[in-house]
Amino acid sequence: MGMIAPATPKSWYLPSKPHKFCPGCGHGITLKALGEAIDELDIQQQTIFGCDIGCSLLAWNFFACDSTQTHHGRTTPVMAGIKRARPELITIGYMGDGGGYSIGSQHLLNAAVRNEKVTLILVNNTNYGMTGGQMAPTTLPGQITETTPYGRDAEATGYPTRGPEFIAEVTPEGAYVARATVSKYKQLRRLIRNAIRNQMEGNGFSFVEVLSTCPTNWRTNAHQTWNFLEEKMEEYFPVGEIKSPLGKGDK
Amino acid sequence: MEKIIGEPKKAFMTGNETIAWACLAAGADIMFGYPITPQNEVMHYWTRLAPKYNKGFLQTEDELSAGFTTCGAVQAGKKAFTATAGPGNVLMQEPFGMAEAMRLPVLAIIQQRGGPSSGTVIYSQQEVTLTTFGGNGEGHRIVYSTATHQELYDYVIKGFNTAWKYRFPTFVLGDGYQAKMREPLEMYEPLDKGIELVEAYPLIGVPGQIGVDREPQHLCNIYSLEEELYDVVMQMSEEYESISPDIIEFQAKDCEDAEIIIISHGVVSRVADDAVKILRAQGIKAGYFRPITLRPFPRQQLKDVIANSSAKQILIAESAYGQLERLVKQEIYGETVKINNLFMPGVGIIDFDIINKVKSII
Repeated sequence: MGMIAPATPKSWYLPSKPHKFCPGCGHGITLKALGEAIDELDIQQQTIFGCDIGCSLLAWNFFACDSTQTHHGRTTPVMAGIKRARPELITIGYMGDGGGYSIGSQHLLNAAVRNEKVTLILVNNTNYGMTGGQMAPTTLPGQITETTPYGRDAEATGYPTRGPEFIAEVTPEGAYVARATVSKYKQLRRLIRNAIRNQMEGNGFSFVEVLSTCPTNWRTNAHQTWNFLEEKMEEYFPVGEIKSPLGKGDK
Repeated sequence: MEKIIGEPKKAFMTGNETIAWACLAAGADIMFGYPITPQNEVMHYWTRLAPKYNKGFLQTEDELSAGFTTCGAVQAGKKAFTATAGPGNVLMQEPFGMAEAMRLPVLAIIQQRGGPSSGTVIYSQQEVTLTTFGGNGEGHRIVYSTATHQELYDYVIKGFNTAWKYRFPTFVLGDGYQAKMREPLEMYEPLDKGIELVEAYPLIGVPGQIGVDREPQHLCNIYSLEEELYDVVMQMSEEYESISPDIIEFQAKDCEDAEIIIISHGVVSRVADDAVKILRAQGIKAGYFRPITLRPFPRQQLKDVIANSSAKQILIAESAYGQLERLVKQEIYGETVKINNLFMPGVGIIDFDIINKVKSII
């Protein structure tokens, strides 16, 4: 039997492939899940995809959907502005943990409190990848980064941000909040699909954090990379739905 | 479009209320704002009027968000605007920079207050540098400096049209005196004055089917190669310069036989006008020049006015410490006329101040 090529999501923009993420990066898996979710929900034509700065920006022309680039941390208000101007559009913001939890945290918090009808996907790889591997709000205690060369000291720099738990606290009923991981693909795709469906149904703010890998900056081999994701990250950042107005049968 | 004003009517109201009405008359769809004095009443009046006309409003968490939500809404094809001042204007330089880069037709009303920092809450002309050349770009913006409530009304309507016609971020630069005081003006439907409103259109979420009759719109503001950005900025500069003659506005009076030309902008130009009349009644030949657009600046017009006058001196009067002066100097580089200044940062200027200054230097 010959090799079976994995199917490419219909909503991917083929001229921008192969993509530009590093080998072993989790963005490609996340964007495949997102592409499949867009296909399944048949929303390619009305989707607006917005990219933050950092590695997530490399996805700016990833989809055959209309898209826009923003500034670091500012994807949330841009998507909120688009959605309020044109509620019939489906707005999907894509950002990293630095953009969402640090420089854009006031936007994330307030968009969540206002229950903005947008979907945000935040990729958590425990560091600032594009700028060369600095400490992020999600860097684990003891983790070595370029700005914590002796390991993150939680006394001096605080503990990692648990974003979905925090967002679940400040959102009203109707919001959808989940954490997925690139190590569990089917669940990742399902949670992303739910987060888009929740916007389509007009229920409220929809947020998925995706635990992801960064072997380039972690300086890990394949085995160490996967081990860090599944053992260390998934222990500190529990995976699953935290808040969902969608019926159980739909899960 | 729905008629807002109906027959032209006289009004007596504050500048901020004037702006809210002008935005309605201009067909604005949605405002994003964050409280800061002295622009607050723009939001107060807009939030009272907006629901009656099916318009939108969002009070955001800060000015960064107000600026970026405005950027998002114009990308989606709606006439969106914001209003701010002082430290809020500082924060909004980030979204204004993106608007510059992506050619987003954002309209922003700036009601200048005192600076630096939080400064004072009502009046100054200290946001000239920030509004004309703020951000990490090249000042590819259009800035109208208004002096009266009638102009606030006129230039808000014009500002939306300029923004959507040329797609450069556009600013109506007022101040707290204009914001807070009441004075008479005439409100009107733009069409009744022959002003066609430029239609808004989407940059994303555009008509058509991707993959069937159109390509996806991928808007960008960051480039992999230095040469790519160079091409973008050079193209933008060329367009900005080519449209500048259509946008530039100024006023000049009594300059031909003047010994001294007084240059001012915004509300200060009103007292400069008075000062010129009084000086002339006293036998001193003073002239008046006022840039209405601070960006693009009426460079050649000012040079011509100077060349065609007998003035050996100019006097730059402003409620700032040289922000207008720097603009003027860079624009008329090479002129040999002596440049005097009356800098009164953060305080009002009255005709008496200008008259005294002129008498001290003539």
